[in-house]
Order: sequence, then structure tokens, then C-alpha cells
Amino acid sequence: MGSIIEGFRKAFFLILNLDQELLKIIFLSLKVSGLALVISTAIGLSLSTLLSFKKIPLRGMIISLMNTFMGLPPVVVGLFVYLILSRSGPLGFMGLLYTPSAMVTAQTILAFPIVASLCHSAIISVDPIIKQSSMTLGATPMQMTVTIMREARYGIMSGIIAALGRVMAEVGAILIVGGNIAGYTRVMTTTIALETDKGNFELALALGIILLTLSLIINIILYRIQRRGTVNG
Amino acid sequence: MSLSLTASHITRSYNGKLILHDCSFPFDGSGTYILMGPNGSGKSTFFRICALLEEPDSGEIKFFSEGAALKNDIYLRRRITLVLPKIGIFNTTVFQNVAYGLKVRGTKKNETEEKVHDALEFVGLNHKKNSHALSLSSGETQRLGIARAIVTDPEILFLDEPTASLDPYNTTIIEELIAKIKGRNKITIVMVTHNLYQAQRLADYVLFMHDGRIADHGAVKEFFARPKDDRAYRFITGQMVY
Repeated sequence: MGSIIEGFRKAFFLILNLDQELLKIIFLSLKVSGLALVISTAIGLSLSTLLSFKKIPLRGMIISLMNTFMGLPPVVVGLFVYLILSRSGPLGFMGLLYTPSAMVTAQTILAFPIVASLCHSAIISVDPIIKQSSMTLGATPMQMTVTIMREARYGIMSGIIAALGRVMAEVGAILIVGGNIAGYTRVMTTTIALETDKGNFELALALGIILLTLSLIINIILYRIQRRGTVNG
Repeated sequence: MSLSLTASHITRSYNGKLILHDCSFPFDGSGTYILMGPNGSGKSTFFRICALLEEPDSGEIKFFSEGAALKNDIYLRRRITLVLPKIGIFNTTVFQNVAYGLKVRGTKKNETEEKVHDALEFVGLNHKKNSHALSLSSGETQRLGIARAIVTDPEILFLDEPTASLDPYNTTIIEELIAKIKGRNKITIVMVTHNLYQAQRLADYVLFMHDGRIADHGAVKEFFARPKDDRAYRFITGQMVY
């Protein structure tokens, strides 16, 4: 018990003193996850819009695949990206393995099905009468699409935030493709795993506290977004 | 000269059942046309086809302006407006809901604000302009639907049972608004209602539909005083069993 309390004490010391190593790790985590979120939002939102408004071939199959991929095991994604980016893999010539780019790729693969699937659900949940109202008020097909997306905005934002939660907490895939190289590919979750193995609990706890705080902030934002979607919110 | 529309030989069926049989009618002057008839008579389907919400199986709807037939495109659609029984309210403020039709037309901000103000004043909702539209009562929602429709100065206004879900007080308010719209603009109103008294109060012309056909029609006083069709007579005297 004493060692846990001592661990927390040292962890708060590191946080309050803005430890340089800690800040570097946090900054890289935010950079990798942020970039992965931007790319997965661009892909996921485009795909969900296409699936919601266009009758494309194999639409049902794609939706089922997206829903299935929401639960992709991170280590499997890590393994898949590793095989593609390894020296003998099809994209090995790009030299991306054990770089932040490989981590962004793995996190994007994990996050975009969440964005696509949740955004698609949000868009198709908009009452069909909205489309009809929009048309009767003189909107063009493009304006109708924008109106429906706007009506689905709270659901869309929830989907994006859920994907952010997934990438921020992810460890398996980025450990495999990033290699956990100090000062280069070491992020919060991989550092926690490594430092715990080493018995160096203060840094692991400090990062754990920060990760939990970020997760709390994300959930507060999500809750506020969902409340704004209701009339009395 | 205002916009007019002519329905020619409209036929429509659903799942193999014929709903409309060869319905033709010229709505060729400003005034209020009321479509009446028992449930299942086809009046709502005819209304939706006239309002370009549905395509007929055969026959055509033609709009004319100064004698010339118009193409069914966005420019024509922007000259007509509908108020449906279930108002599709956008998840935003009352002001933004009314401004929608103007925004999609690219109306300038100042003009939009002025027109929205006038429309909300007209329906008595100006004090609610910053309220969330989904928080309005049924009567207020119906008034919002009317404000949203008239803000763009439509030449033909389609109203599908605008008082169907309202209490007598709100029904009176909506009827007064419809009467005011008739007085304010040179506008053609095409309206569906079950309410015989409402039809007598608001209509200039009545179309009685039965079994997918326009069974009778005439100027309102003449129609109610001397219906030509026996089914229309039984309907307006409450003797029709269906």
C-alpha cells in the first residue's frame, strides 16, 4: 500500500513539475491520435455519407463489414500493418515500420470503422420528413444532403469522439508497429506498459492519471454534445 | 398573372390497387381549392401528386405561368410550397427554421432577417424566434410550418390537413391565418380537409373525391347547396357509410 501511495506522490510531482519526458510523450500521443482521428474522420464520414445517400453496389455488405470492424482486435490490426510495412511486405520499400506514420496508419484502421458506422447510424436515423420538408422549402439535392447531415450533427460528433476514445486508449497495435522507441514512437499507453514491466510506477501512474483525465474530458464533451441534441439540454 | 396548375388524366396505384382513376382538374386561378372526401378516396394521393411529391403512373401535372408551360425543375419547385400534416421541424431555433427557405435561395442576410420577422409577426410567433423549434406546442408548430411556407412568397400553397391534430382554439387560429394569407397575397391555395365546416369557411372551390375519382366539384356555395353527385350529397349531409 505504501508503495502505491509513494507512486502516486511521485506521479503528481512529475505532472506538477511539467517533466520534459512526460510532456514529450503526451505531445506525441496527441499528435499520433489527433492525426489518426482527422484521417479516419475524413474517410469514415465520406463513406457514411456515400452509404446513406447513394445506392452503391454491395451497400449492405459494406455496412455489415463496418459494423464488424468496429470491434477489430488492435493486435490483429497491428500484425496486419506490420506485415504490410515490414521490409518483405508490399509497402516495405517506404521504410515506415517503427515510425509515427505506421502508428497513425494502425490507429486510422482501428478508428475509421467506428466513425463510418456511428455516423451512418446517425444519418439514417434522421426523420425522413426532414428530407421532404427540405425539398418542399426549395432545397437542391446537395442542400438537402447538407441539411440532413446538419440534423445528424450530434450523432456524427458522438461517433468522432468515440473514435478518439478508442485511439487514445489503444496500445496493442501501436506497440507492434511503433516499436516503443524512446523519444520517437513512445506514447502514453506504450510507456505505461513498459514502465510497469520495469517496476517504474511513478511515470506509469503519472501517464495513467493524464490518460484518465483526457478520457474524462472526452466523455464530458460527449455527454454535453448528446445533451445539446435534446430540446431541454 | 400567377402560377396555375393542371392535372391531366392522373392514375396511380399502390401494390396493384388502383388509388386514382384518370383524375383531371385545372387549378387555374387564385383562390382556395379544397379537396374533400372520405378516408381512402384518394384525395391525399392526388394532392401529393399535384404538389410534385409523388409521380403518377400515368397522366401529367403541368404548371403554367402567363400561358406558358413550365419545366419541373428547382425553379418551379421554389414557386410552390407545402405544409404537411407532420411538420418536419429542423433541430434549431424558430428563426432558423423560418429562414431556411430563404437561405437555400441565397437571400441576403438583411432581407432574410426582415422577411423572417414579418412571417413570424404574421403568425404571432415573433416572441418565440429564439426558442428551440422542437419545444413549441402543436398549435405553435403548425403556425411555424405556415410561417416557413409563406416566408418565400409562394404562388401556390399546398396545405395537407393543416388542423388535423389541433384543438378547436388552435384550429381557429390556423383558419384565420389561412384567411389572412388569401387576403394578403394573390395566391392559389390547395388544401385537403375532412372538416365540412372548415371547407365552407375557407374554400372558394370544392373538389369532392370518392373511390379514386373526382366525383363532384363546384364553387363552394353551389357545391354545398346543390351537390350534383349523390355520394357528395350523402357525404355532406352525414349519411355516407364507408
